[in-house]
Amino acid sequence: MAGGGDTGGAGRIASENTPGTWAPLRGWLLAPSWLVIGVFLLAPVGMMLVYSFLTKEFRGGVIWELSLAAYDQFIFDRGLFGDEPPQLEWTYITIFGRSIAQAAAATVLCFLIGFPTAFFIATRPVHTRSAWLFLVTVPYWVNLLIRTVSMKFLIRDNGPLNEFLLWTGAISEPLALVNTNLAVQLGLFYSYLPFMVLPIYASVERYDFTLSEAAADLYADRWTTLRLVLIPAVIPGIVAGCILVFVPSLGAFLAPDLLGGAKNFMIGSLIEEQFKGNAGNWPFGAAASMILLSMVLVALLYYARQQIRGERAG
Amino acid sequence: MVGAAPVRHKSTGAHPGAEVTAGHDVRRYPGFLPVTILCLIVLYAPLIVVMVYSFNDSPSITIWGGFSLRWYEDVFFGLEAGKFKDAAWNSLSIAAMAATASTVIATSAAVGMVRGGAFRGKSASFALLSLPIMVPEIVTAVATLIFFSAIGFTLGFASILVAHVVFCIPFAYLPISARLQGIEGVYEEAARDLYASRAEAFRHVLLPLMAPGILSGFLLAFIISLDDFIITNFVKGAGVETLPTAIFGAVKQGIKPNIMALSTLMLAVSVVFVTVSWLVGRSGTKPGG
Amino acid sequence: MKRERDPRGARAGGSAAGPPAIELRGVVKRYGSVTAIREASLEIGDNEFFTLLGPSGCGKTTLLRMIAGFEDVTEGAIFLYGEEIEGLPPNRRPVNTVFQQYALFPHMTVAENVAFGMQRLKRPAAETEARTRRMLDMVELGGFSERKPHQLSGGQQQRVALARAMAPGPKVLLLDEPLSALDLKLRQAMRVELKQLQEEAGITFVFVTHDQEEALTMSDRITVMSAGGIQQVGTPHEIYEKPRNRFVADFIGETNLLDVTVEEVSGGGRCLCRLANGARLECEAPGAPRQGAAVCISIRPERLSIVMPGGDSLAKPGGGARAPRTVFPDSPAKPGGGDSLTGVIRRIVYLGTDTQYLVGLEGGSGITVRTRNADHAALGLGPGDRAALNVDEGAARLLVD
Repeated sequence: MAGGGDTGGAGRIASENTPGTWAPLRGWLLAPSWLVIGVFLLAPVGMMLVYSFLTKEFRGGVIWELSLAAYDQFIFDRGLFGDEPPQLEWTYITIFGRSIAQAAAATVLCFLIGFPTAFFIATRPVHTRSAWLFLVTVPYWVNLLIRTVSMKFLIRDNGPLNEFLLWTGAISEPLALVNTNLAVQLGLFYSYLPFMVLPIYASVERYDFTLSEAAADLYADRWTTLRLVLIPAVIPGIVAGCILVFVPSLGAFLAPDLLGGAKNFMIGSLIEEQFKGNAGNWPFGAAASMILLSMVLVALLYYARQQIRGERAG
Repeated sequence: MVGAAPVRHKSTGAHPGAEVTAGHDVRRYPGFLPVTILCLIVLYAPLIVVMVYSFNDSPSITIWGGFSLRWYEDVFFGLEAGKFKDAAWNSLSIAAMAATASTVIATSAAVGMVRGGAFRGKSASFALLSLPIMVPEIVTAVATLIFFSAIGFTLGFASILVAHVVFCIPFAYLPISARLQGIEGVYEEAARDLYASRAEAFRHVLLPLMAPGILSGFLLAFIISLDDFIITNFVKGAGVETLPTAIFGAVKQGIKPNIMALSTLMLAVSVVFVTVSWLVGRSGTKPGG
Repeated sequence: MKRERDPRGARAGGSAAGPPAIELRGVVKRYGSVTAIREASLEIGDNEFFTLLGPSGCGKTTLLRMIAGFEDVTEGAIFLYGEEIEGLPPNRRPVNTVFQQYALFPHMTVAENVAFGMQRLKRPAAETEARTRRMLDMVELGGFSERKPHQLSGGQQQRVALARAMAPGPKVLLLDEPLSALDLKLRQAMRVELKQLQEEAGITFVFVTHDQEEALTMSDRITVMSAGGIQQVGTPHEIYEKPRNRFVADFIGETNLLDVTVEEVSGGGRCLCRLANGARLECEAPGAPRQGAAVCISIRPERLSIVMPGGDSLAKPGGGARAPRTVFPDSPAKPGGGDSLTGVIRRIVYLGTDTQYLVGLEGGSGITVRTRNADHAALGLGPGDRAALNVDEGAARLLVD
């Protein structure tokens, strides 16, 4: 029944965009979600902000005394008892830098593999399209921990990957992949690849291929068409995919922890250590979380701005 | 993400150019098929390898010693069977309760958002609803831990459940609201016109039409809850384990074959769920009206 | 926006004593700063087939939705058989709607759809079942009761929607462009059926459409709407033959609109007008036109004819001579008191049943003439020929605004 008459007065238009059939009960309908998320997420985040300005208690917890020590600790080393002259401390800056670099690399890698995949799926005939999509989404539904453990199992020194490569003769001795940045990269890529494919798929699926035909008619070859016509048209999907990969990669814990080992720490492991490990510095962990959250918010705001611009451009 | 696939397709059936062999098919890019295959290999190879090795008779994880179900037996009856059973019970009961609660909350929120007309604070509400997805898991974990410890809430089963309900809400909300957006308001109007009260219109018309979305949302929330490690790890307290935290604890000492068997079982559960959800979503995208 | 209270049409149905089926009293609808309905007052009689006609966005659907209870009224009141219904939710109003896209519940069978309203009204199960069967038989879908809506064709869905809306026995049936989703042939067949159904059921139909042909063929009375206002209320004949204003004349059918000056107001609702080229024409003039006023007149193309030499309005098929010639050298005095119009044929369009001539009048403006081919085959005229035009008695009509 798609595309009937286009007639109707203002009432129809108003009711179709925002059917207000439940408007009188709106508050009651939304209240549970406001309450649950407000009390158990928004308030905790606010409390975390407060904690990041408190003084640490050794072995976990805080002392209710305002302090900038947690943030100061990021940048300066003041010795074990905090009484030495401040020296620039690179440890944590390096960890953040590594996290950003890893997340960015994972995003690029996911795009390079994910875009052709999404495009290929979106151009399949309708009846096989959903089966392809299903195939790509299944791993996303499998437990992330299990996937990461599986990856570790696959790439460990005498694991199936190395055995296979030795057997083919491509390498003469096993690749030491585990506990390297490359392994973390592989883990991130593997964890979040479906997040890149799905939004790009949705964009390409909606793309009007007569535009490509028009470009071809006007003497553009395939790759020029891709670059000048198709990619600009599906850019919202690409941006969405990149955000969806970048944001969780930045705060990832499992991939760096299981595949990267102690030398390849990322933010996630640093934070976890403050609460679960021996370091036990809650304000520092809260501060690190706040910095991570701010970076994510910047990425999301950028995304929102892109979306708004896209809508304005029509 | 499920069920968000657009229903209408511009090209139905075989796309043009498929028959015109000599034609210039603007949809075809050489090299995209190999990349897609590579993509699928990357996605599936680790899972398949673990599945295969879970049937390995050898206690060593490197040497293939023939087909056997001994590690499955070990999961159910071995030394750690009790631990796994408790963890599985915790995981499943938390997932069932969290998914139910978050689906109810999300359904109510979806009706309020999609059928509530235009109102001030709509985008703020939407931002709040998507907050659990936006905030990195590790941050949510830290914030929740701090919150519970600040208010003196004992960590354990209940704290895990509450945390799970929160982060399951947006996952349930997305397919439900997507479904609801696809249902024209005119069905409810028709029901009201035919003497249905608001409650009757909801029960007899809106709810059955939303059902596929609600089921999708529930299944997604269930899987997401079952999947969670990071947040659970923070708020579980001592003594309470779920399957992911139990597995994580075990693999810290190295990957043992019984873990691979357990992983394969969980993998199978996930695949069953996603398949059901896919089939439901597929039948659901064709309301026919 | 003052207008005379329209005298009830040729057939307003019902006894004059009872209250009207629906009465709108000064109804206004605003969405924020946008006014969708500017002060609408209407009376719809018992048993009447009443049509709201207008282009898209004119407010006709809004008006219908206000009667159904889906939109509230900003100002004014709506009465159903004398009782005010404003403020009642749709489920408390004894009116039912046939929606434009039918809105059949996709998860229910045809029978469940039809029974829905009666079940909500808590009618006894046996009665509901019997009436469902009767309604489906009425729309000739007795064998389809267990099908789902998507298993039916568009025309069948349309009938189910009709059966569903009529099943609870509403006092008034509201129909929102119910035929617009059907193809032309089916639409034409349904017009006849719908009208028959209304007469048999003996209830009031309020029908919304943008299709003037639909409105003219089915309605007892029509309301022409534009830009949120009621332009004219009347029988199809009145609306077509006696359009009140420029909008109605232009919207309904085809017409020639000519700017004229009122030269002389004669009695009996007539006046003599002068065209831009100096020719004078006697016109029907409702209201009281001012002498010297610049106004607009409407002449339907089929009420004009081309006059052959000899004075007869149209002669036998023209002879062979195809050289440009003067059909009529000078304007003869016409019985009506005005002059005949002369001009040059610019274009001839063959339309099957009719032929349409576009004639350029002296003085620049063009006028369209339509003649039936059956009456006088080809006139043997061609572009460039001069022609004199005859205006039927009472065909030229002065428009109010």
